[in-house]
Amino acid sequence: MKFAIMINEGPYQHQATDSAYLFCKAALDKGHEIRRVFFYHDGVNNASSLTEPPQDDRNIVARWSKLAEEHKLDLVVCVAAALRRGIQEENLAPGFRISGLGQLVEAGIEADRLVTFGD
Amino acid sequence: MLHIVNKSPLERNSLESCLRVAQSGAILLIEDGVLAATRGNAAAATLTEAASRLKIYALAPDLEARGMQDRVLEGVTTVDYGGFVDLVAEHKNCQSWL
Amino acid sequence: MSEGVVKKFMFVNRKSPYGTVYALESLEVVLISAAFDQDVSLVFMDDGVYQLKKGQQTKGIENKNFSPTYRALDGYDIEKLYVEQESLDARGLTEDDLLVDVTVLSKADMGKLMDDMDVVLSF
Repeated sequence: MKFAIMINEGPYQHQATDSAYLFCKAALDKGHEIRRVFFYHDGVNNASSLTEPPQDDRNIVARWSKLAEEHKLDLVVCVAAALRRGIQEENLAPGFRISGLGQLVEAGIEADRLVTFGD
Repeated sequence: MLHIVNKSPLERNSLESCLRVAQSGAILLIEDGVLAATRGNAAAATLTEAASRLKIYALAPDLEARGMQDRVLEGVTTVDYGGFVDLVAEHKNCQSWL
Repeated sequence: MSEGVVKKFMFVNRKSPYGTVYALESLEVVLISAAFDQDVSLVFMDDGVYQLKKGQQTKGIENKNFSPTYRALDGYDIEKLYVEQESLDARGLTEDDLLVDVTVLSKADMGKLMDDMDVVLSF
């Protein structure tokens, strides 16, 4: 089955991105496809390469980059939401790309299920 | 439909709103939402009542993280993230009550 | 790839405008969705009904008043706007207080409508 994921909250502030990550991992483990992960609202902050968590904490941004690399995930950051919040190409972590909201609607059309994680 | 609720019933009205309109299907409680599925919680009675028309699930890792794994209400099925994926796949559609 | 597919999309708005950005950014997705020729429904329930309240004046909080956009939605062929009766009642509002024409549904009918959707996005 093809899943699309929308993440609406930033890292460390809210559990949404942790839940989404663990959901994606479990889905991939079961042989499902993650069609796209779309980052919206404060969720765009998950893509900041400037994030530096303490050493004993999980690295949420790097974790997404790694999962994207391992499974060829399409991590899309909403351009309008990103620009509002200071996320640009210069500080975009590996594996993420910036694109328009149409990518969210398209993911909803193409995936069998769209799951939202937010506040 | 699978209804996903991630808010404590004592902090927000997400569960209350979900239970008001949800006709059939299942509810999966995740994140702070799992607190509703624990014995003695003020929302427990409403949830138990809803269990007659909706199947109720709660995410075990979120219960454990909050130290509430031993207080799960009767009639609530706990699942792991794999079970979460299965529930989304099994239902025709899903909605997160943010 | 997605050409020709028409899905039932529902945007569920449950938050008041201005207090958080969700209402505005939800509206931005709704407008984009119009370009994809999908079957789009908008739902306003709980505090989301305040998004449609007439007479919003945002000068004092130095925010853009985006409420006129709801009136422009039919120009994008987005005409299915639903409001839950119980949510209006709980806020002392009636249909006359809203700035657009909507279909008011009971809680049970709202639940049935949601069951019938393909993709539900909540904000």
